[in-house]
Amino acid sequence: MFELLGIAPQALFGQLLLGLINGAFYAMLSLGLAVIFGLLNVINFTHGAQYMMGAFVAWMLLEWVGVPYWGALVLVPIIVGAFGVLLEKVFLKRLYHLDHLYGLLLTFGLALMIEGVFRKQFGSSGLPYANPLPGGTRLDFMFLPNYRAWVVVASLVICFGTWFLIERTKLGSYLRAAVERPDLVQAFGINVPRMITLTYGFGVGLAALAGVLAAPIYSVNPLMGSNLIIIVFAVVVIGGMGSIMGAIVTGFGLGVIEGLTKVFYPEASNTVIFIIMAIVLMLKPAGLFGTPK
Amino acid sequence: MRFKHLFVTTAAVLAAGAANAQMSDGVIKIGVMNDQSGLYADVSGPGGTWAAKKAVEDYGAAAKGMKVEVVFADHQNKPDIGSNVVRQWLDVDKVDVVVDVPTSSVALAVNQIVKEKNKVFLVSGAATADLTGPACTPNTVHWTYDTWALANGTGKAIVQTGGKSWFFLTADYAFGHALERDTKAVVEANGGKVVGAVRHPFPGTDFSSFLLQAQGSKAQIIALANAGGDTINSIKQAAEFGIVEGGQKLAGMLMFDTDIHALGLKTAQGLNFTTAWYWDANDNNRAFAKDFSAANGGKYPTMVHAGIYSSVIHYLKAVEALKSDADGAKVVAKMKEMPSEDKLFGKGSVRVDGRHIHDMYLVEVKKPGDSKKPWDYMTVKKTIPAAEAFRPLAEGKCPLVKS
Repeated sequence: MFELLGIAPQALFGQLLLGLINGAFYAMLSLGLAVIFGLLNVINFTHGAQYMMGAFVAWMLLEWVGVPYWGALVLVPIIVGAFGVLLEKVFLKRLYHLDHLYGLLLTFGLALMIEGVFRKQFGSSGLPYANPLPGGTRLDFMFLPNYRAWVVVASLVICFGTWFLIERTKLGSYLRAAVERPDLVQAFGINVPRMITLTYGFGVGLAALAGVLAAPIYSVNPLMGSNLIIIVFAVVVIGGMGSIMGAIVTGFGLGVIEGLTKVFYPEASNTVIFIIMAIVLMLKPAGLFGTPK
Repeated sequence: MRFKHLFVTTAAVLAAGAANAQMSDGVIKIGVMNDQSGLYADVSGPGGTWAAKKAVEDYGAAAKGMKVEVVFADHQNKPDIGSNVVRQWLDVDKVDVVVDVPTSSVALAVNQIVKEKNKVFLVSGAATADLTGPACTPNTVHWTYDTWALANGTGKAIVQTGGKSWFFLTADYAFGHALERDTKAVVEANGGKVVGAVRHPFPGTDFSSFLLQAQGSKAQIIALANAGGDTINSIKQAAEFGIVEGGQKLAGMLMFDTDIHALGLKTAQGLNFTTAWYWDANDNNRAFAKDFSAANGGKYPTMVHAGIYSSVIHYLKAVEALKSDADGAKVVAKMKEMPSEDKLFGKGSVRVDGRHIHDMYLVEVKKPGDSKKPWDYMTVKKTIPAAEAFRPLAEGKCPLVKS
């Protein structure tokens, strides 16, 4: 370990960059969760399954229809988002007046069912998805695959775009107002239920987009979502439930911390995020960026 | 995200004639326990249950008046869940033999319980060679492969063709540790050296950080002491980081057909590894694979499935000879006494330490252009004869072996 500390400012840079790449996934997924929780008050446990569906739909588009990666990037969020809209219309909207727990149980159950169906159909080993940007750049301190560089850039753009949309545009202000006082906003002639439905669809679309981005890196696997969702929930809790900026900053930040743990004490890299979560909850129960209600 | 739901289902009752009075409770009850839904589910999983039922059917148990029942459960790769299931099975459900149990940490736990209750444990999926070493019991037979055999097959072949310096990427639990230990011994005995190792959490998703450390080690060989989904992601991400292009080689210490299928030949081509069984090796295997595929949604069987089949056949033979399944240690003693023979593993035998002895194969993954049919993924490069394939009896530190 000291040897690593000794020789490795360069290797350290590499690990920091890798952490940032992983953080990009955490940020995108927790962003969708934060949007859904912030605006709908639903704890969306199907998020992992929707991320997995994103990767699978990309695979299906490629294998069955011949739509390449770049097309999938546009189509998949729409397709999976539409599925989300359907879920909201059929199930979720009946639960808004009930305790959070009901939404959690429903979405958790749905997640298990969706995963089960994919596992039955495609097995648990996963499917190959070719890398659309093979090759990479040899930097001083590491070999940076082109595709991973693209993931970081895309994720930053998406995260910032979402934040801007919700916090800085008129549409966003309607959304936030509808959360506080749906009756008043409705009285101004805005169709609040439709807006909520579309918001859920948007959050799900974000998860699916993350799934498409993940497909060439991780194997397209029915379990890929459940492996990640717990960490992503921890990220949202640390950032502050419902805080958009919190989700983005903690997503990237925790990716980096986890990356460093993988160098200095790899055995703990699975748990470090939860240790941080426990500490944050003790010191700031509403999360780093959350405001106590 | 899995909860402690236990899906124990009575699967098939092959009813036949009058109950045989000598059998404990009149039924031979086979419990197949493995990962039914996680990263090892394709390696055995539901296909393992199928293989056990197929063995019962092919053995003609019904015609011989033996009443055999197959049940299965999901241990989710967790020793606590596995132990609970097995205790329930042996204490309440009258299961006579526990079969398969991949994930070495779970298998080691089950190993002790089965001994305590004097039943039988037929291991196919688990890898750790400790099951026939320090942890061996008079109730356990380890059928298909083990970490020593993998290390001996793949490790030796690679060192002998010039791969002298090694770095390990190891799954951080009993299996990974055993595989690393056994491979290290083989590498060093053959004049190679190990320059480093990193242990990753199990199961993992992103291996890039560990791969970068492996890359930084400048070792010629990066050995993957992990399995299933972990191996798949390691190899996929190694390709992405240009590790093979950079001149380092990957060695998948434990690989299955299903891993190759998930990786695609383009990524997996050229990998060498050791296996106990390959579906395209002969007509018997092909026939088995055809039936398997038809019943399991087009997937093909791995060596673990074949091992389950073969071990169940031998178990039934021993029970038939003894006319009783009541005393687990006696059944296993009979299995050790009788030579084994079936259509998938051919002739073999079970040693005193519980190790089943058979040939192993060193295989190479084909290039995409050389693959002529579905699941045509490997060429057998070398047969490792049974006598050399497994750890010599004296070196295992098994208390059953009198020196």
